[in-house]
Amino acid sequence: MNVMAEPTITEDHRTIGGVQMEVQNITLRFGGVTAIRDTSFDIREGEIRAIIGPNGAGKTSMLNVINGFYHPQEGTITFKGEKRHDMRPHIAATQGIARTFQNVALFKGMTTLDNIMSGRSLKMKKNIFWQMLYEGPAKKEEIEHRKFVETIIDFLEIQHIRRTPVGKLPYGLQKRVELGRALAMEPELLLLDEPMAGMNVEEKEDMSRFIIDINEEFGTTIALIEHDMGVVMDLSDRVVVLDHGELIADGTPEDVQKNQDVIDAYLGVAHD
Amino acid sequence: MFYRESGQFKTGYAADQAIFPILQDRWSMLVILVVGFVGVPLIIDDYWANAVFIPFLAYALAALGLNILTGYCGQLSLGTGGFLAVGAYSSYKLMTAFPGMDMILVLLGAGAVTAMVGLLFGLPSLRIKGFYLAVATLAAQFFLIWLFYKVPWFYNYNATGQISVPPREALGFLVTTQKADVVVRYLFILSVVTVFAIAAKNMVRGRIGRSWMAIRDMDIAAELIGIRPFSTKLSAFAVSSFFIGVAGALIFSVWLGAAESGETFGILESFLVLFMIIVGGLGSILGSFLGAGFIVLMPIGLKNVLVDWFGMTAVFAKHVEITLFGVLIIFFLIVEPHGLARLWQIIKEKLRLWPFPH
Repeated sequence: MNVMAEPTITEDHRTIGGVQMEVQNITLRFGGVTAIRDTSFDIREGEIRAIIGPNGAGKTSMLNVINGFYHPQEGTITFKGEKRHDMRPHIAATQGIARTFQNVALFKGMTTLDNIMSGRSLKMKKNIFWQMLYEGPAKKEEIEHRKFVETIIDFLEIQHIRRTPVGKLPYGLQKRVELGRALAMEPELLLLDEPMAGMNVEEKEDMSRFIIDINEEFGTTIALIEHDMGVVMDLSDRVVVLDHGELIADGTPEDVQKNQDVIDAYLGVAHD
Repeated sequence: MFYRESGQFKTGYAADQAIFPILQDRWSMLVILVVGFVGVPLIIDDYWANAVFIPFLAYALAALGLNILTGYCGQLSLGTGGFLAVGAYSSYKLMTAFPGMDMILVLLGAGAVTAMVGLLFGLPSLRIKGFYLAVATLAAQFFLIWLFYKVPWFYNYNATGQISVPPREALGFLVTTQKADVVVRYLFILSVVTVFAIAAKNMVRGRIGRSWMAIRDMDIAAELIGIRPFSTKLSAFAVSSFFIGVAGALIFSVWLGAAESGETFGILESFLVLFMIIVGGLGSILGSFLGAGFIVLMPIGLKNVLVDWFGMTAVFAKHVEITLFGVLIIFFLIVEPHGLARLWQIIKEKLRLWPFPH
């Protein structure tokens, strides 16, 4: 499995480091339904890892396990060399795991700026009494983080909607703001759950560009779930394929494309 | 036309993040403060103070407190009356136990006690949400009122079961009982409310306010970016109860001078404050004041109009007033469900573009 555990340089000159997250023998059941069965794979530092599979394959459940929303009945997850026990999602956040959702999960009543600023919550330390006073340390801290947030706003090209409540924004921009909120956490591992669902070609191209730039410029490891095979094959370094909660293939996009099990899972197979 | 920000350039984030980034807003706020602190004291008399200004300010503070919990953090509470009572009774106990204590310290102490009680009743909020939490806070309302009625220690074992305020000073000025100068009482409550309003505004535009709103809008996503639901909700309960506790202490000591748990702080009080923030605007500091103004002043205005202009008898006018009051609330909610604060927002946006429609 860990043939490529040594740092490697990809064709496009990105460095892919050692194993960042190791998912081992995860089994997740909801009552009688087994959502994920004995699944293992790893995510390496700096790579773009795609998780694909037909509907109901357990992809989002997998992300929820990594995030700490679901607690698997069996198996372990090792992140940055540390084996994790049952934990709450906010602990995943402190460890450096950020996430976007399949159905946009923004704070609808807040502006774009406030949404992205809220991604900085963990890094802001001034207590409630300083905040009541505002002038002084709290203001200094606020401005310091505002500067960082503005670089993200520039990066995602959403300056014009800074003060717009996100509930009023079109879907494509909401997805972008959600990405911005995740980026504000300066994550080491970024989980993207269908970042391009419901987008037109142009929006998909923009989003792909952002994902590549995040990976290249910030060196963020990215795990993404996506249904658009063209995007998956172009973006990702390695692909995990799940079907009915089981891992059926794991490898480079080229390998996965040729894999007979994957073709069967997607196209169906004749039963005699 | 006069409300435009053209030509006002901001050169730093500090200016952009100011409470009132627009010059016209800063000027109008200054005018309001000058009128409040200088203009009103010149003309104020007993009637205006006791019927209009002091209740308006006290309820505005209570509405601010509830707005933090319900409007910003999304936790529906029907226990406001109970928490007002905690503020009133704890201020009474503090005033009688430490006769030399400054009123400012009494208020802060009453707020702190109420914050503790609020924390306690906020504990279920981790498990229950929405209407179910409202029912849990309703339990707080009834329990607290019952407690202050049933345990004589709270009203110092006096025969009437009422609490009445002893004369107390703030910074050397007598502020309680009818012997206190009406201008002093008014300025005292105005100062307290101003300070608390600024503190509230500072909190809601900073990290803690964003955390509250994040929990309100999407608690799952909030947890994922590291906002802990439990401590965030509890902080909202504590801060909100602190505000409401201070408001309760002010209602008892500066406004009414006497109180009885069930009579003064019944369930009706909880609904009244809730109406204030719904009519004024959920999640808005300005809305808390507008809502309190509407709910406190409208009945007085209606009564004056009906009795003085239409010559109705006082009893008949009272009934018409209640009916009209309800109709007006419904009217406002249909016209602008997001409250008077949103209405003001829309007016401002229109003014910026006037005379052009877009």
